[in-house]
Amino acid sequence: MHAGSLIDLTEAGVRDRTKEAFQELVLAELPALYSLARRLVRDGAEDLVQEALLQAFKAFATLKEDAAAGRWLKTILVNVFRDQLRKRSRTVDERPMGDLDDFSLYRTLVDEDPFPYSDTLHADFLQGFDSEDLREVIIRLPDIYRVPLVLRYMYGFATKEIARLVDAPLGTILARLHRGRRLFEREMWTYAQEAGLLAKES
Amino acid sequence: MSDTTAIPCSEAVRQLWDYLDHAISPNDQEKVEKHLSFCRSCCGELEFAKEMRVILATSTAEEIPPHVRERLERFVEGL
Repeated sequence: MHAGSLIDLTEAGVRDRTKEAFQELVLAELPALYSLARRLVRDGAEDLVQEALLQAFKAFATLKEDAAAGRWLKTILVNVFRDQLRKRSRTVDERPMGDLDDFSLYRTLVDEDPFPYSDTLHADFLQGFDSEDLREVIIRLPDIYRVPLVLRYMYGFATKEIARLVDAPLGTILARLHRGRRLFEREMWTYAQEAGLLAKES
Repeated sequence: MSDTTAIPCSEAVRQLWDYLDHAISPNDQEKVEKHLSFCRSCCGELEFAKEMRVILATSTAEEIPPHVRERLERFVEGL
């Protein structure tokens, strides 16, 4: 039943892998791709997206389902970013935990009490950050911590998938996520002080 | 029989995000839950971690600047 097979394929969301189909598919994903790129690099997000689109177009035939296009494109973008990092051949910037392991943003807020008249201190602190503030905090982190954090907690990638994408053992990714969370929290506190997000002393 | 030895706050807090991810063993999950059942401070840490995860997950929805969108669209059309 040829007709039935064709209908099945259409229902599964598989279209021709033409240039027009590619254009239609990726245009809807541009904001998400650009947003991801801006969380991986401080400058050059547009170039990163363009390179990812070029690679995606070359590999378009490998996309199995249109519905998976968003994740597929993001994965390609992360691969391009990883390759660019490797070309820069920067040394891995692993930070010793040191006193970082003891840092708790939750406790710091209780101790420092930046909103003395608030009954919802922690929520008030978080609400002071808009998406640009959070982007600035995350972009300040070293690549090896930022990439797993962005992929895991901003884009919902599984830790195993992140390990495969950055070509590191799962245990290393889990350790970097742990350190990355602490670094992120400490950087949030530093940034809040610098950017005037805390209540002024009366 | 699982080991449900009590854990200190430092250990519970260290595992909170993995606890929320269900990325620790059932035994460790149980230990964290047991600790949370009596520790108000760590329950606060847990709620804070949940709120933090929400703002991280929702912070990526942003408009693409029109001039950037235009250039990227032209790039796609030129492929």
